[in-house]
Amino acid sequence: MDFQLTEDQRALQGGVRELLDGRFDAAALRAAADSGTPSLDRALWRELGEAGFFSLRVPEEEGGVGLGLPEAVLVFEEAGRALLPGPLVATFLAAREVTGAAQGATVVTTVSGGLVPWLDEADVVHGDVSGAVPLRSVDPLTPLHRVPGDQQGWAASSEAPSAFTAAASSEADLLIAAEQLGSAGRTCEMAVRYARERTQFGRSIGSFQAVKHLCAQMLVRTEVARAAVYAASVTGDGAEITAAKLLADEAAERGARDCLQVHGGMGFTWEADVHLHLKRAWVRAGLGKAAARAEEELAAAL
Amino acid sequence: MDLTYTQEEESFRAGLREWLARTLPQLPPRPDPLDWPGRRAYDMGWQRRLYDAGYAGLHWPVDAGGRGATPTQHLIFLEETEKAGAPYVGANFVGLLHAGPTIASEGTPEQRARWLPPVLRGDEVWCQGFSEPDAGSDLASLRTRAWRDGDDYVVSGSKIWTSHAEVADWCELLVRTTPVSEDVPKHRGISWLAMPMDAPGITVRPLRTLAGSTEFAEVFLDEVRVPVANRVGAENDGWRVTMVTLSYERGTAFVGEVVACRRVLGELAREARKNGRWDDAVLRRRLGRLSAEFGALWRLTQWNVSESQRAGGGVPGIGGSVFKLRYSHARQELYEAAGEVLGPGALDLGHDWTLDRLSSLSYTIAAGTSQIQQNIVAERILGLPKGR
Repeated sequence: MDFQLTEDQRALQGGVRELLDGRFDAAALRAAADSGTPSLDRALWRELGEAGFFSLRVPEEEGGVGLGLPEAVLVFEEAGRALLPGPLVATFLAAREVTGAAQGATVVTTVSGGLVPWLDEADVVHGDVSGAVPLRSVDPLTPLHRVPGDQQGWAASSEAPSAFTAAASSEADLLIAAEQLGSAGRTCEMAVRYARERTQFGRSIGSFQAVKHLCAQMLVRTEVARAAVYAASVTGDGAEITAAKLLADEAAERGARDCLQVHGGMGFTWEADVHLHLKRAWVRAGLGKAAARAEEELAAAL
Repeated sequence: MDLTYTQEEESFRAGLREWLARTLPQLPPRPDPLDWPGRRAYDMGWQRRLYDAGYAGLHWPVDAGGRGATPTQHLIFLEETEKAGAPYVGANFVGLLHAGPTIASEGTPEQRARWLPPVLRGDEVWCQGFSEPDAGSDLASLRTRAWRDGDDYVVSGSKIWTSHAEVADWCELLVRTTPVSEDVPKHRGISWLAMPMDAPGITVRPLRTLAGSTEFAEVFLDEVRVPVANRVGAENDGWRVTMVTLSYERGTAFVGEVVACRRVLGELAREARKNGRWDDAVLRRRLGRLSAEFGALWRLTQWNVSESQRAGGGVPGIGGSVFKLRYSHARQELYEAAGEVLGPGALDLGHDWTLDRLSSLSYTIAAGTSQIQQNIVAERILGLPKGR
């Protein structure tokens, strides 16, 4: 047993972080958030495709990178840190089924939890979207449609292609959890940095226990979620993935809220990036397996 | 990232399982929780069986009498003994998990030869003389004084929350050997002594916990003579030695308990299905969330153990504080849920879960309160400035 990142995994993590820092940094995030109408950056999508982002799990003999679920999780964690917009998970999962998805030439989205993200921008849509109604999405970087009926989980449609089986749905949950984990880690860092820089009463607010304890709990939730997400990526076990999604959703949502609190009044403004993390965390928590269902499933397995 | 165990580790596990299956039925009945001499005899009898079978001090270095097992083997040992319902380390807790490892890493060859074998054999019980009435979480403020008089230190002061003091042979004692001054900050000037509990001048007064038992005691020290040869580490270097001890306490001390909590969670679900409480969706979801929680805490344990193994099996890192923070609260939530499952039965002290619920209240206080742990995480891991 050696439950730590391998050298190769660390290198992959660092490489993806560098790629995203260069191509979708904080300034790009602001520009996208302030644009009013979110549109998918097709050039970025193609660059991700060329870098092997979408073909990571496609076997090498089929032209992919041939890596496993743990590596996919590390990559999606970085996407979550950078708050990279777009239907990343659906396109990733379609890489072997839909022509052009692996290369980043085709954008794929899917119905999940009664929602469809990026419907108008997608080239291929999995699931039944008849009667889809646009929402004024809470997340300025994720356009959303609602679909009628009670479509739970990942593309719960009979028309869904074979790739979207229960296994794909479970994988989707894990990759969403990985994004949530990245976001939780990022908001923890943002809170800590702000707590060190911001002074009140003549000293940095990070020296006050009330602020310290908020930050400590952010780290604790993130690290517990990290252990769950990484382990689930190694075992691929359905129940473990369900638990990982539950804990990562919580780490991301509560982390963003606590980060906002640490930022004080500034945290309540549009200018602070923290609301973008909170809103995306809400969207991700609504996609895939929601908390109530996750808890019921885990209870049933006891 | 690899969660599979090697062939060697699996055969170690199989051998241990076989031994446990053979040995556990031979154990005498467990003593009453209030019968301290009975508990000592029971706990040390278990340690002796471990020793005879070659499982004592598994994770200790070979030159300290241990087996030099890898952190992973130690993890397997804790997992399997807990799963099999083997006795808890009990009265041997301080000797095996704090004082022993500290002496093994900081003691002289003579000190190791004197104190380590009796811990492994189950012959001698240790207690922890760290906390004082005015120095609990702020341990560096301790006031118990030790003066040099010939080859002895003369110790006066008092200690509190001393677990197992009633039946202990030795006490890992922190004393102030140089008074606090402008030149000597309060965390300097402290020394780590091994004090024999039968020395003249020691008075032990048991304290009753809210669970009704006497888990710990006050210890009063009135000019107790402790040989200078019993000092572990240099004079006035006790704070550093203590940090070694505490990192053991916070790092690996809770592994078996996570396994136990997962078992109890399964028992709660079975009981709720039997008594009709399972129809309550709020309770069901609560148990489901706890399942996720303890599953993740087990994985975090494996993460920390692997990290320790990569670092050569040395002193566990401060990541133990992250684990302890979440685990201590999760354990309290587990027994709150037990209260929900039991309904009116939760008010019956005759039920194990009621006693466990009461005991769990100490978890966010003992071995550094959650508030102190949060400061540690914030300052030492996140790098936030010191303050108040």
